[in-house]
Amino acid sequence: MLERLSVMWMKEFLELKRDRWAMFRLVVPLIIQMLVFGYAATFTVHHVATAVLDLDQSQQSRGLISQILATHRFTLVDIAKTQRQVTHDINDDSATIAIVIHAGFARDLANGQQGQVQAIINGTNSNTALIALGYLEQIVAQYSAQHIGAVIRTSTVYAAPPQGIQLRTQPWFNPGLNDRWFFIPGVIGTLTLMQVVSLTAFAIVREREIGTLEQIMVSPIRPVEFILGKTLPFFLIGLGDITFISILGILWFHIPFLGSPLLMLFGASLFLLATLGMGLLLSTFSRTQQQAFALNFFFVNPFFILSGFAFPIAAMPKALQWFTLINPLRYFLVVIRAIFLKGVGLRALWPDLLALALLAVIMLTISVRRFHKSLD
Amino acid sequence: MSATAPEITIRTQGVSRSFGGVLAINKVDMAILQGEIFGLVGPDGAGKTTIMRMLAGILAPDSGVISVDGVDVVRDAEVAKRHVSYMPQRFGLYEDLTVKENLFFYGELFSVSRKDRLARSKELLAAAGLQPFQSRLAGQLSGGMKQKLGLVCALIHTPRILLLDEPTTGVDPVSRRDFWAILYNLRESGVTIVLSTAYMDEAERCSRLALLHAGEIRHCDTPERLKQAMPGALLAITSQDPRALRALIADRPGVLGVLLMGDRVHVRVDDPSRRIPELTTLLAAQGVADAVITPAEPGIEDVFVALVGAQTPL
Repeated sequence: MLERLSVMWMKEFLELKRDRWAMFRLVVPLIIQMLVFGYAATFTVHHVATAVLDLDQSQQSRGLISQILATHRFTLVDIAKTQRQVTHDINDDSATIAIVIHAGFARDLANGQQGQVQAIINGTNSNTALIALGYLEQIVAQYSAQHIGAVIRTSTVYAAPPQGIQLRTQPWFNPGLNDRWFFIPGVIGTLTLMQVVSLTAFAIVREREIGTLEQIMVSPIRPVEFILGKTLPFFLIGLGDITFISILGILWFHIPFLGSPLLMLFGASLFLLATLGMGLLLSTFSRTQQQAFALNFFFVNPFFILSGFAFPIAAMPKALQWFTLINPLRYFLVVIRAIFLKGVGLRALWPDLLALALLAVIMLTISVRRFHKSLD
Repeated sequence: MSATAPEITIRTQGVSRSFGGVLAINKVDMAILQGEIFGLVGPDGAGKTTIMRMLAGILAPDSGVISVDGVDVVRDAEVAKRHVSYMPQRFGLYEDLTVKENLFFYGELFSVSRKDRLARSKELLAAAGLQPFQSRLAGQLSGGMKQKLGLVCALIHTPRILLLDEPTTGVDPVSRRDFWAILYNLRESGVTIVLSTAYMDEAERCSRLALLHAGEIRHCDTPERLKQAMPGALLAITSQDPRALRALIADRPGVLGVLLMGDRVHVRVDDPSRRIPELTTLLAAQGVADAVITPAEPGIEDVFVALVGAQTPL
């Protein structure tokens, strides 16, 4: 058995060596996607294009506006003179947000009434809009507190001025709430899933296409030996991927790695077994590489979206939440993020590791069975 | 069975197989003797490949028994595979590997020892005329050379039984000749060869033929006896316009069949001594002056059409 396996591996290695672009195809896209994700995937909003319409023209209105523009969150693009101009700015996308202060703002404040500020925002990108509004609310609340504080200090009513409540936040594991710390470990899992599933599926379907699969099946090699011979190289490539892009993330993006590298390799191995199973399963449904390509596209995207990579699983409809339970990426993302950022060990991660192990066993069993059938 | 009678190497009994409710193979019985070159002849879709794949143990029959070298293929496919080599219509070669590496790979799959493999490769490559190309990538070989390399790979483990599915389709005449030289040599050394073909000249070279039509074996015998079994006698008529000739004589009394063969027609008649003068008169009356009628030796194609009553296999 071992000699038949080793000749399979030797053949895979030779084919890989002959394929001059193979190493390029395996490594360069990973690096590029890692860099693209690392730099571009962020929820942080900076330099929102801002139009301002100040109809009050008072010290107070100017004070508020300068406080808003003093942060790097908002960048002034237009000082509008009319409401119409504001509409125009938003319509043609020259401004994402418009801040309108109506006449009477200072007077209302002086009279002890509530001051009104209007924010018009382009809601097309709801994510950016939501985040920008959050910043704006903070700034306005700050301004408001300063104003009330000043009023109270000059008032003669209070002996000791009343104090408000202060929220002191303390984010653990990612003190700077840096998006990159969240994304990079996720990218490692996601890229590995995409690469390993497609490589496995394509490699097996290719053998079917060129007729070598049938040829091998008339030899004394058993289907399980063929599968092992075919998948082990991809298992190693997958481990190499994970190690390589993890190191890239740690050295280039300075993502902290607090947990155990061994536990990480263990979790990665379980994850890879499950993804190899997925690739093998796809291959049994495909006669040609085109079919495998289409199926791969059909499968991998939902697995990616329903993994918690970017969109919280808890916010998904119940049915989709159930689906995520069979998604190996879901568990691996928990494991890899925890090992990177939290540095926790087996005690915290065993449920996810167990789920990965179960999924690996189930996927491999189903796919090996289907593979047997697909030989007829 | 007497001591001198050749052994039966492959036996099928009542083998049937259908695909998606369509019967592809219907109750096939065959007894193939050791050391013969057994030909499965039939048009495309007759079921040649299906039978081959079942004999090779990679496709299970729905019903029936297949034994190869005394091993029940349906039950012990893995055991049977050690004695058998199957070469599909297109042998699966790794095009990124060289000739030598492909041989190495298939040798190792069958656990051929290094010494045997080297000796065998040398011998087979020489016979196939592939020796100068050992370090060439398989993908850069010509079609005929690829097919010969396939045969060499299929033979690397010295199988006792060789199954060849349309092995020379699309192969140039020179490579085909090499190919057959190898097959004859194998037969000398006692290898049983089953091959399917749609080429009638190739069928003539087999020791026995099974005429396959619509999943059934209609006749099975040596090429000579099949020819003798053909009812009637064969005449060849040459003419400038064989199609018109065929139309003219197809419905004449005593004419059993007319087959277009390039620049002439083969006419099967019940009684040549009576029909030759009749046809000569007819053609003269119809103004076909250039027609020449001669008695002809039947080929396998004539026999196939006469016995199976089907359209020409090609």
